[in-house]
Amino acid sequence: MMNYDELMSPAAKKMRPSGIRKFFDLASEMPDCISLGVGEPDFNTPWQIRDTAISSLESGKTKYTANAGLLPLRKEISNYLFRRFSLSYNPDEILVTVGGSEAIDLAIRALVSPWDEVLIPEPCFVCYEPITTLTGGVPVSIPTSEENGFRVTADMIRNAITPKTKLLILPYPNNPTGAVLSKDELEEIAEVLEGTDIFILTDEIYAELYYGDAPYFSIANIESMKERTVYVNGFSKSYAMTGWRLGYAAGPQPIIDLMKKIHQSCIMCAPTMSQYAAITALRSGDEDIERMRDEYNMRRRYIVKRLNAMGLPTFDPKGAFYVFPRVSVTGYSSDEFCEKLLKEKHVAIIPGNAFGNAGEGYARISYAYSLKHLETALNRMEEFLKEQH
Amino acid sequence: MDKLLNLLENNARIKLEDLCVLLDKSPEEVTAMMDEALREGLILGYKTLIDWEKAGSTHVEAFIELHVSPKKSHGFDEIAETIARYEEVDSVYLMSGSYDLLLSVHGKSFQDIAFFVAKRLSTLDDVLQTSTSFLLKAYKRQGNLVGIAEEDSREKFFL
Repeated sequence: MMNYDELMSPAAKKMRPSGIRKFFDLASEMPDCISLGVGEPDFNTPWQIRDTAISSLESGKTKYTANAGLLPLRKEISNYLFRRFSLSYNPDEILVTVGGSEAIDLAIRALVSPWDEVLIPEPCFVCYEPITTLTGGVPVSIPTSEENGFRVTADMIRNAITPKTKLLILPYPNNPTGAVLSKDELEEIAEVLEGTDIFILTDEIYAELYYGDAPYFSIANIESMKERTVYVNGFSKSYAMTGWRLGYAAGPQPIIDLMKKIHQSCIMCAPTMSQYAAITALRSGDEDIERMRDEYNMRRRYIVKRLNAMGLPTFDPKGAFYVFPRVSVTGYSSDEFCEKLLKEKHVAIIPGNAFGNAGEGYARISYAYSLKHLETALNRMEEFLKEQH
Repeated sequence: MDKLLNLLENNARIKLEDLCVLLDKSPEEVTAMMDEALREGLILGYKTLIDWEKAGSTHVEAFIELHVSPKKSHGFDEIAETIARYEEVDSVYLMSGSYDLLLSVHGKSFQDIAFFVAKRLSTLDDVLQTSTSFLLKAYKRQGNLVGIAEEDSREKFFL
């Protein structure tokens, strides 16, 4: 009899388990459960994109592509990054990956050695810490709070830097809080990093879902930061293509080349039909992006207003499709609030602490749902809150 | 204005306060826009979509394709307007393709509609030929699924 527990990788075992397993099990027993718990668009992938994938299959384009991704796709990504974000990357500085997630994995593995410290502002998406742990790196969380709109500041970064700091993660626009960093804030952060050898991994998968007045700005727009930045984006959120598993990284060629070497060994290439579909997305999908963003923006205003009105203080998020209300005003912890809401009103939302300890006292609510669906769910939440006194 | 009209088209009973939040406008602005839409005839009316079959009511609908002879001076307008005034008729469209006008009509029974076609429609001088198809079952009306559950293939939780 093998003792699996003793024999399996300690680093893998050390990875934190998902904090929402128990909610999953509870909800699966409720047929009328209404969910605001999903981090993916409710829209279908625009038809022309799907049509391209179908055509690619019909014409037999079912082989591997170049490891880095189809050259026409990388050219379109290069055009797109310049057209929409004024970022210049040539196709050799771009690697097409299996979702933004693979790009994050590759970047961390290419840059981080054992005992290197990785700065991770929290709350944030859950992948940075476990991947860092697997490489033998040391995740260093930087807690952010509602007072500064869940934005990491230059001071917080300065205080967290040690001689071992290798990489700073910038997860903005942020899942779960919807926070974004402004040009000024990014420039202050750039000042802290200038003259150091610290790399940046900027995860901008939600870049197209930005609702601020000032133009969108990326840390990679700062010339002195670009040489140390791996920029990650993808098709999942902006084009409603989550299931296609397609993303990309752009960055200095030596880093991209090293990431490509890892990608070659473990993935070969991103799915071919998804790559063909993505070419169409980039060539003719700008209007679809605007249409979906407009719709999200309406829902965003609606949900923020309703949550505040029902007594859950909710700051105005400028990105992604999440709101992050302070549920601790009810006297419950994140977990208690979400569990009671699920059990009593069959509404599924995600406790904020699933995104790091800094999320304790909050909950993530997704508005990637129709207005009708949102209204029903929010009505149930309103009833729930009235019953708590 | 298009955004307001889209919202109203999806939900005629949407509350003014919700419209204000969704459109990021003041109540005065939204009210003014709605007044203008009504005045300019952009909004034709507010109706309720009813599933008559579920309501257990006898309600028969049919689509009628019409061949008509257009008039030199009025084209199809004269005959189309005449037909449009019949209260059994829900909609009248001038179509491209193999016939001229498409009507949707309703009545309490098949006989009602048959009677309407035979006595009122076919007897019009300009109507050359009619072809009536009865609606058997509606699966979707005006963008709303009928008797089919909305489907969300997504998981309930996903970080």
